[in-house]
Amino acid sequence: MKKFLATLLALTMALSLAACGEKKEEAPAETPNETPTEESSVSDVKIGLICVHDINSGYDAAHIEGLTAACEELGIDVDTQVVFKYNIPEDETCQDTAVDLAEQGCSIIFSDSYGHQMHMQAAAEEYPAVTFVACTGDLAATSGLSNYKNMFPYTYESRYVSGVVAGMKLKELMDAGTISDPYVGYVGAYPYAEVVCGYTAFLLGIQSIVPEAHMDVQYTNSWYDPPKEAETANALMARGCVIIGQHADSTGAPSAVQEALGKGTVAYSVGYNIDMLSVAPDAALTSAQNNWSVLYKHMLEKFLAGEELPTDFACGYADGAVMISALGGSCAEGTQEAVDAAWAGIKDGSLKVFDTSKFTCQPAADGSYQVDADGHVTSAFGLDTNGDWVNDAGEAIEDGAFVESVLRSAPYFALRIDGITELNNN
Amino acid sequence: MSSVNNSKEPLLRIAKRDGISRPKAYAIRLAAVLLSLVVSGIFIFSVTKLNPVEVYKAIFNGAFGTPKRSWVTIRDTIMLLCIGVGLAPAFKMKFWNIGAEGQVLIGGIITAGFMRAFGSTIPTPALLVLMAVVSILGGCLWGVIPATFKAIWNTNETLFTLMMNYVAIQLTSYCVALWENPKGSNTVGVINQATKAGWFPSVFGQAYGLNVILVLALTIGMYIYLKYSKQGYEITVVGDSENTARYAGISVKKVTIRTMAISGAICGLAGFIAVAGSSHTISTSTAGGRGFTAIIVAWLAQFNTFVMILISLLLVFLQKGAIQIASQFNLNDYASNIITGIILFFILGSEFFINYRVILRGGKEAEHK
Repeated sequence: MKKFLATLLALTMALSLAACGEKKEEAPAETPNETPTEESSVSDVKIGLICVHDINSGYDAAHIEGLTAACEELGIDVDTQVVFKYNIPEDETCQDTAVDLAEQGCSIIFSDSYGHQMHMQAAAEEYPAVTFVACTGDLAATSGLSNYKNMFPYTYESRYVSGVVAGMKLKELMDAGTISDPYVGYVGAYPYAEVVCGYTAFLLGIQSIVPEAHMDVQYTNSWYDPPKEAETANALMARGCVIIGQHADSTGAPSAVQEALGKGTVAYSVGYNIDMLSVAPDAALTSAQNNWSVLYKHMLEKFLAGEELPTDFACGYADGAVMISALGGSCAEGTQEAVDAAWAGIKDGSLKVFDTSKFTCQPAADGSYQVDADGHVTSAFGLDTNGDWVNDAGEAIEDGAFVESVLRSAPYFALRIDGITELNNN
Repeated sequence: MSSVNNSKEPLLRIAKRDGISRPKAYAIRLAAVLLSLVVSGIFIFSVTKLNPVEVYKAIFNGAFGTPKRSWVTIRDTIMLLCIGVGLAPAFKMKFWNIGAEGQVLIGGIITAGFMRAFGSTIPTPALLVLMAVVSILGGCLWGVIPATFKAIWNTNETLFTLMMNYVAIQLTSYCVALWENPKGSNTVGVINQATKAGWFPSVFGQAYGLNVILVLALTIGMYIYLKYSKQGYEITVVGDSENTARYAGISVKKVTIRTMAISGAICGLAGFIAVAGSSHTISTSTAGGRGFTAIIVAWLAQFNTFVMILISLLLVFLQKGAIQIASQFNLNDYASNIITGIILFFILGSEFFINYRVILRGGKEAEHK
């Protein structure tokens, strides 16, 4: 009995320690509780950033680097004036953390994950003198709070252009007779608008080069799970996918593709957030990237000047907020020219990513969009935050294209277009 | 043989203590805490070259640095205490209830469900009572199922309660997906954020005042129940020896089921307090491993609910402190977990020295107290 007891205690200790381990956060030394003022000067502004993971996740790393770069440009000392909090889950811990940051004297607090937003809103209600910005969030506009904001870049633009890179590679492989079926796989995190918007833009980019390309999407139901992302990539390659795109925050998928390529499978990877060439030197073509420093800088500049921040702030390639990483050695010849042309088209407006003439949808069962006889979308909901099938944010189809990230900063394109199969959305 | 007398005694031997006076036991515990601080001090200095005193200051600061932090520390202590109080009768009966995590989650899901469904129709005081009752019933059910199987078919309650956790976790995930708000966030968000319907009211101007009052009342009640009631005595007897209990005419089945009903009910209520009184949302992290940590609380306190207050506070204090030092000194998160681990190791280890004594070679065989 004693032995059993000892084992039990050891077990519970291990479990509880593991539980403790889940809640890691970061907070530098205290400063007295100064009441934040509306106008802050560069030398005494204090900024908080709440990250859902830490620097090991490409998505969070991009935020951390973005805020750091923005602060350096503005002359804010990152070491003493910015408080980073890592591994904050999308639950009430976020509110506790936001409150703690406000208590420490932060006058503007950012959070980087979609699920943080309601907890940020709760903190914003409690601390009206502090500004809260949820990166990806769509509630600021309807919250009625003047100190609660949302921002997000036009990631779909870089997704499209990374699709162009993948399309060029597919075309090369098909022209050489290596493959006959332009079959694309996509490792998605969750079946949410942000992901749907991303993979649709990716496929449309591919189809701009190889019109008959089609895609399977498999969800991991996690933003960051390296083994699962690798497993999912392997499953997709086993189905015959030649290009593996991803909207998940780790290097799991590119590493798996690199390994498969080394064993003779024809497969190439298009990453997200970070340059994947270090983990997949042969398999990685490019990565769609966000340059968060542009957004942080814009918000902080306005904040320091004492101006009202935009409730929803989004910008794209034209402002330098999105890009793709350096092309890998495996990219097809002529890729750079195709990429330059796509960027130029996006910049001058002649290329619309979600041009309704370029994709078709099945008629909507729920009335959230309308299609014409050919399946081209003629009208669609901008946003339906609460899932009641009532349009919350205005018409999304304008001049023959779906306008993304304009009605709200967070992506809201959730149409399922023909040519994409979701393998496990149930 | 003559060599028998000269045969070497082992360098040290371990002998069971016959009993130990209370002050001496506490002196050993205190020594353990001090020793753990010294050892983690050495660890801190050798790894990070930081002044351990500064680090300990930061630990304190993380838990009690500001009034807000103090209240968060109190809130979390109270949650852990509540679950520990719930586990006490089960463990005292030697019924290994590893299922507190699940019982808390069930109470939490039910509370969240009622909060969503009736937030706009039932006034908050009535809704709070209703939610408390249904969450108690839910937790109770989650505890009674393994207890019944144990009582009737003698199933292994450790595995059964453990597996009930996974059922509860899956149910929670299902409800999170069902109640997702806003759509696409994979979270339920803050329930009734605008109306605050079904939320605990502030007591004495403190958002978590009611949590404290409820749980302290439970703590006192459970102390009396275990120590002075007939049912409490039955629990002790069943825990010490089922055969004795049978001989004394106690129905072991009845006591098992009844005690687990109480244990589950309090854990269910803990779920209610977690959702209505603190987070106002539900997720698989609502219980957050506290169901397991509370087992340590219950055991270390030897089912004395007042001692549980101290143990819960210590554990939460260490956790909050660990978070603070990880950041303040830019230590890796694991460094702070190691410090917490060292301190817990010494405290648990001290129980060994309370129950046994070490006799060095040549030491006196019969040490007197």
